[in-house]
Amino acid sequence: MIGLNFVYAVAGAAFAGFALLAVVERPRRLANASFYALIATSFWFGDRLGDVGNGLLVLALVAVAASGRMTRGHASGDLPRPRGNGLFVPALMIPAAALAGTIAFKQLPTLIDPKQATLVALTVGVLAAIATCLAWLRPGLTAPLREGRRLMDDVGWAAVLPQMLASLGAVFALSGVGEVVGRLAAYAIPSGSLFGAVAAYGLGMALFTMVMGNAFAAFPVMAAAIGVPILLHGTGGGGVGNAAPIAAIGMLAGFCGTLMTPMAANFNLVPAALLELRDRSGVIRAQVPTALPLLAFNILLLYAVLR
Amino acid sequence: MLVLAGIAVIAMGFLLRFNPMLVVVVSALVTGLAAGLDPVRILATFGKAFNDSRYVSAIYIVLPVIGVLERYGLQARARALIGRMRGVTAGRLLVGYLLFRQLFAALGLTSVAGHPQTVRPLVAPMAEAAAEVQAGGVGEAEHVKAMAAATDNVGLFFGEDIFLAIGSILLMKGVLQGYGIELEPFQLSVWAIPTAVAAFLIHGARLLLLDRQLARRRQSAA
Repeated sequence: MIGLNFVYAVAGAAFAGFALLAVVERPRRLANASFYALIATSFWFGDRLGDVGNGLLVLALVAVAASGRMTRGHASGDLPRPRGNGLFVPALMIPAAALAGTIAFKQLPTLIDPKQATLVALTVGVLAAIATCLAWLRPGLTAPLREGRRLMDDVGWAAVLPQMLASLGAVFALSGVGEVVGRLAAYAIPSGSLFGAVAAYGLGMALFTMVMGNAFAAFPVMAAAIGVPILLHGTGGGGVGNAAPIAAIGMLAGFCGTLMTPMAANFNLVPAALLELRDRSGVIRAQVPTALPLLAFNILLLYAVLR
Repeated sequence: MLVLAGIAVIAMGFLLRFNPMLVVVVSALVTGLAAGLDPVRILATFGKAFNDSRYVSAIYIVLPVIGVLERYGLQARARALIGRMRGVTAGRLLVGYLLFRQLFAALGLTSVAGHPQTVRPLVAPMAEAAAEVQAGGVGEAEHVKAMAAATDNVGLFFGEDIFLAIGSILLMKGVLQGYGIELEPFQLSVWAIPTAVAAFLIHGARLLLLDRQLARRRQSAA
């Protein structure tokens, strides 16, 4: 069955290509090359390395990133003759393929893993777009990897930070961080105050999300701390009938936190690098004035529902 | 209590500007040790989760396509296209993109757009081109590009939870199941709608304010 194995084979090939070019092209960039080679190894052989093996691979990635030797992008050579609006066609092929494939592949559950239909379709779209570019623009066979590597150098180590945070979440869960935060939160809420409990729940979701970079890690913690014991069964007295709004609005309060933290690297730091912003926190600064009123809205909405 | 030391490590690491990759590993080590786990178990837990979440990093396969198209002038074409349209402002363009992103995310089509796929090659240069005309050439490029990225995030976050089978909905269902509460994804996803509307109104209003800011720039420059 075609699923993530296909996506990972392509992704591994892309990073292996980036690594090779970083060694072959001048100026040689060995730190970038080793970083990409490690990611390629993870995509290709991650399932065969074992848990400890993958842990060692992560430590190697961290060593390269922390060495400070990875260098950012470089100007590419002379621009070839610019082309017209036809350039939009390959660019739009990728979203179009993701859209069409998501719908179509669900009809082929024996051939394509239905859970991964969108990612598989996106990968097919990327391959089709590369083939179109090569046939039409004739930039040379290595051009996609060269140009991709130029953009990848801009992103740098921030590329794997989201994966790192997901893994940190796993260690937190195993260590019982959630239970401890829950006990502390219970002390902090003035007893009997529904608004206090709702506010602590919403703010707690946002704050914990900011620390972990991910609302998924915050939700089980805050559900155990306030959501279930206080809002569902306690002061709120909302009862089980209110479980859906408590969960859904709490998660959205967490998303407001995602807008305000550098730990959510793929949403906040990577775009700043991709758009070549001078201020690394430029995207976060642009989001805070939306995130804060929206967080207040979520807290008031949940209060209104439970009151 | 000691296991909270890992959270302190993250906060301190960021304040002192250590490399975030390093901060995350140290935080995992400190947390695990405080909980009495042995270092090999911590390493294995971390490694397994890293391997299981590789799909997050698969999106970078779009960069080769975007890179080649940009070499042949994709960003310039995007700017020229907007330059020729009358009445298109950076704010209105981004409001349109916000709506598009929210609607598609609500249908579960989250990977159709994104920072590498659509913001860098298309949306940001288009918004920049429109803003340049509005502000009469006065540079506001940084702020406009940051707003383009912010619009993508807001649209994604406050659209995707309306879809039934998105990760966060399934996570909530799973967590509540642990407390003996059975919910259908539909019951959760309808509660994402009020916040989706509020996000559109709040962020949309800020985008229209951006247009007024740009116009004021032009006046003060003239």
